[in-house]
Amino acid sequence: MNRFSYLRATSIDEAVREAAADPTARFIAGGTNLIDLMKYNVERPTRLIDITRLPLDRIEESDGGGLRIGALVTNDEAAYDPRIHDRYPLLSSAILAGASPQLRNSATTGGNLLQRTRCYYFYDPGTPCNKREPGTGCPATTGRNRIHAILGTSEHCIATHPSDMAVALAALEAVVHIAGPDGERTIALSDFHRLPGDHPEIDTILQHGEIITAVELPSTDFSRNYTYLKLRDRLSYAFALVSVAVALRMEGETIAEARLALGGVAHKPWRDPEAEAMLRGQSAAEGLFASVAACILKDAKGYEDNAFKIDLAKRAIIRALFQAASGTPQSQTDKRIQ
Amino acid sequence: MQQPNAYIGTPQNRVDGRAKVTGGAKYAAEFEAPDLAFGIVVSSAIAKGRIKSIDTSAALAVPGVLQVFTHENRPRTAWLDRNFRDETAPPGSPFRPLYDDKVIYSGQPVALVVAEEFELAAHAASLVRVEYETEPHMTDLDLKRSEAYVPPKKRSGVKPPPSPRGDAEGVFAQAPVKVHAEYRVAIEHHNPMETHASTVVYEDDGTLTIHDKTQGAQNSQSYVASVFGLSSSQVRVVSPYIGGAFGSGLRPQYQLFLAVMAALELKRSVRVVLTRDQMFTFGFRPLTIQTISLGANPDGKLLSIMHDATQTTSTFEDYQEVVVNWSNLLYHCDNVKLTYKLAQVDTYTPTDMRAPGAALGVAAIETAMDELAYATGIDPVELRLRNYAEMDEADKKSFTSKELRACYQLGAERFGWEKRNPEPRSMRDGRELVGWGMASGVWEAIMQKTAARAVLTQDGNLEVASATMDIGTGTYTILTQIAAETLGLPMTSVATKIGDSSLPKSPVQGGSWTAASAGSAVQNACLSVREQIFKYARQMESSPLANASIEQVTFAEGRIHLTNDPSASVTFAEAMQAGGVERIEAEEKASPGMLTSMRYSGYSHSAVFAEVKVDEELGVIRVTRIVTAVAAGTILNPKTARSQILGGVVFGLGMALEEESMLDHNLGRFMNHNLAEYHVPVNADVYDIDVIFVSEHEEMLNPLGIKGLGEIGVVGTAAAIGNAIFHATGKRIREYPITIDKLLG
Ligand SMILES: Cc1cc2nc3c(=O)[nH]c(=O)nc-3n(C[C@H](O)[C@H](O)[C@H](O)COP(=O)(O)OP(=O)(O)OC[C@H]3O[C@@H](n4cnc5c(N)ncnc54)[C@H](O)[C@@H]3O)c2cc1C
Ligand code: SF4
Repeated sequence: MNRFSYLRATSIDEAVREAAADPTARFIAGGTNLIDLMKYNVERPTRLIDITRLPLDRIEESDGGGLRIGALVTNDEAAYDPRIHDRYPLLSSAILAGASPQLRNSATTGGNLLQRTRCYYFYDPGTPCNKREPGTGCPATTGRNRIHAILGTSEHCIATHPSDMAVALAALEAVVHIAGPDGERTIALSDFHRLPGDHPEIDTILQHGEIITAVELPSTDFSRNYTYLKLRDRLSYAFALVSVAVALRMEGETIAEARLALGGVAHKPWRDPEAEAMLRGQSAAEGLFASVAACILKDAKGYEDNAFKIDLAKRAIIRALFQAASGTPQSQTDKRIQ
Repeated sequence: MQQPNAYIGTPQNRVDGRAKVTGGAKYAAEFEAPDLAFGIVVSSAIAKGRIKSIDTSAALAVPGVLQVFTHENRPRTAWLDRNFRDETAPPGSPFRPLYDDKVIYSGQPVALVVAEEFELAAHAASLVRVEYETEPHMTDLDLKRSEAYVPPKKRSGVKPPPSPRGDAEGVFAQAPVKVHAEYRVAIEHHNPMETHASTVVYEDDGTLTIHDKTQGAQNSQSYVASVFGLSSSQVRVVSPYIGGAFGSGLRPQYQLFLAVMAALELKRSVRVVLTRDQMFTFGFRPLTIQTISLGANPDGKLLSIMHDATQTTSTFEDYQEVVVNWSNLLYHCDNVKLTYKLAQVDTYTPTDMRAPGAALGVAAIETAMDELAYATGIDPVELRLRNYAEMDEADKKSFTSKELRACYQLGAERFGWEKRNPEPRSMRDGRELVGWGMASGVWEAIMQKTAARAVLTQDGNLEVASATMDIGTGTYTILTQIAAETLGLPMTSVATKIGDSSLPKSPVQGGSWTAASAGSAVQNACLSVREQIFKYARQMESSPLANASIEQVTFAEGRIHLTNDPSASVTFAEAMQAGGVERIEAEEKASPGMLTSMRYSGYSHSAVFAEVKVDEELGVIRVTRIVTAVAAGTILNPKTARSQILGGVVFGLGMALEEESMLDHNLGRFMNHNLAEYHVPVNADVYDIDVIFVSEHEEMLNPLGIKGLGEIGVVGTAAAIGNAIFHATGKRIREYPITIDKLLG
């Protein structure tokens, strides 16, 4: 833990201004990730800007008929909000698949998107890690990589993004609202997180000083045929080895519209437009689902411990597509896989 | 109607329950002291080499930092290995914190930063810069296996494998049915909720009162005294409550050394608490590779057993546990070869972890027996009955008692085992394959010499005391029950004092021996008080008990009365007044009976039945039901006993499916060193667990017939689950934990 000063921001402007002025300042929301990382000496901010009093804690109807979730809405508030529960059950389900009730009570929408990888090495300053200290190397590629990525990796980093919520948001094509020193902007959630490439130290497109103000859900209705299927090393309270968010719009037996995002397999929620296109206009069938799965995983690359994820992801995709198509989404309390 | 004060064998609430749930119970890191300073440990980043330089200037420059201790400035301590050895140390050279510039394992403490505040110390610790000169390390057992050796020096209390009997190899070669396989269980860390901590209170007279997270107050006390050259009167260890330990507190851990060192040097009180990741920088259950060869007749009768185990140890100590002996203890066989070897790797020395050795050895033999059941087409329970060991064949001794047959029978009945279709993959529930598996469990019933004191005062209050510990097991409660019943007092009149090195001598709490050992000592002390008070009662003027013998009276509700005439009675107070005494005090010991142990072997047993449901395509495993039938002599308190077994079963579930400390061999370091990535079972993993205590008459081990329950719940559980998974899926996974990748692989 290093020494830091603390400021409780009273307006978005103030928060942004103060953060922009200090390159090692960090916003703090629920603190469930940042404080851990500070204790591990992974994050060493000199200034904490507490944003929890900012007026970003509401869920509101948006102009286009969707919902706008304030960045400070906690994960549990979002999951149990009746509007989200009814209109975006995929999001509720994904949130409830993550962490524990205690954590979800503190964790916020913005913080969840910006939580950092759970790569063992990233958390341990006694080891090298390109994400933590650029240029030091990536011991995970030749070390323990059970929880690491199989898609979109680079030789410099094979970490995954651990969020469940973000996977559902990617499938729902949510939009992230950002305020910064240069004003406001929006970006599609799928473009928010980046792949590691040559700069694994950069997780997202967010610039220093920018703050997430909200996440907006478009009005498209996927409340009937959806699922969030999460596979992990115990039945609850573990990060995903592989997770699949599926949102379908069915017209009779036909899949009119399909969205599919994978978690636990890449540096960002993984979507594959080509695979989604294969589903459109088709009816649910094992063979189709298997070829969709094969398509998504065709460029997957496994390492010593995590190669199993390739096969597991295919199986999970097939099952999740069936769950969604048949309108029997995975329960997050009954641990039997539907 | 129940005899008043007849507590033994009845379900009683924990006497310490209220203190625990209200925060009244204090743990090592919760004791306060004036001017308390805080120490934070800096851990080595490399696994092997030397410290070239260590720059503490930035840390020392932080206002409020009192000192940074390293090998360069540490005070002198004892220098003989023997001074560092503790009650449970294996042969070798115990680890010495900050001893010299050598690094012998990753995570080794290389500095202690002490400051006025905890946060300051943590901050300053992050400023210590260590430069290493690395040397090649080796942590991979597979690469060291060829160098495995039979430990030249036996570890005290750990029985080496018996000499071979018959011709196991020859008979195996000819056997009509053979099972031959290799089994592995991953490294596990104990991970009790309470991390290791020591608060060392520097008293005005320079003596130390230490609150240590330990399973042995006197073990910690004598370690501190001998390492720092203090007399035992200068060191007192007081650890009334322990937040779980599972063996991690058997040996004094390095935070104790560091806290004492700093307190003596700074002449002030110091607390050192390890972080969760530092909980992965000392003992653990070692990686174990076992090979088992079973030769049998087509009727399942074992002709030959060969069981070999290789475990890791450190480069500085020969850790040992009993892994292979259990095979022949469970099963009758004339041709037996059991072997046990160690291979050195660059980690810390392993440490006993709940059911050390047995949890591993029984997991392997009970999986192998399941394989034999399929190879012969015999029901797994029936196979075990056909090979039932009527005696301890290795030592040629009878068992003091053994109701394992009843465990099989009652467990099977409760579980509904007779409805099982033996065919793998034959049972299903929707998309899930259903599997039923079973395994046996066994653990030694051990007694250790233990002393206890009982003090009865005229007001009818009894205090019993022993330096034994309660690591969450319920020791306070059962000692209170035994004392209350022995003297005929309500439990509320009994105060039990333990966890203090100044109390009558006790070994560490471990091995499931505490109930039998401390329980018997407390009983003896109370019996001695009983005799004295009875003497006073008889000597009273016109005593109604004048002509009675102690066999003719009953002690109940604070009085002594004739058993067949309750109206003829004397109260304790009357007797003591008549005798002219304010208090009656007795200190007694209990020891294992030499004659019994020469002729008999004492073991507790269990039969574990497990139901799993496995998603056929995704490999997700749910352990939906466990029935465990335990025979462990007298069950003192069915309520706390059940909790012990539940905890043990969940521990076994962790071994079966989840727990694994992952070593990065390139770095020689455990990598998943936190509870987010080191998985132990959570509530969602635990479905129904049904505990049956099988009645078992035991009278040889100790008068109360206690065998102990700390470990038996763990043993057998992993194999029962693994066998159920085979029954469900037809897939035999011989490597625990059985994770999704292994099942789908
Ligand atoms: C043991 C454990 C298990 C977990 N399991 C899961 C799981 O299974 N699935 C899952 O998805 N998650 C899991 N989590 C992670 C949890 O969801 C995240 O820690 C949480 O969502 C982070 O939110 P927060 O508000 O606490 O973020 P903080 O810790 O406050 O912040 C995280 C980061 O986001 C930045 N930040 C926060 N808000 C904003 C904003 N509005 N604008 C710009 N920057 C911002 C902070 O500066 C910081 O860098 C787990 C966490 C733990 C500790
Ligand atoms: S995978 Fe990424 S986060 Fe992990 S060690 Fe490599 S660079 Fe660091």
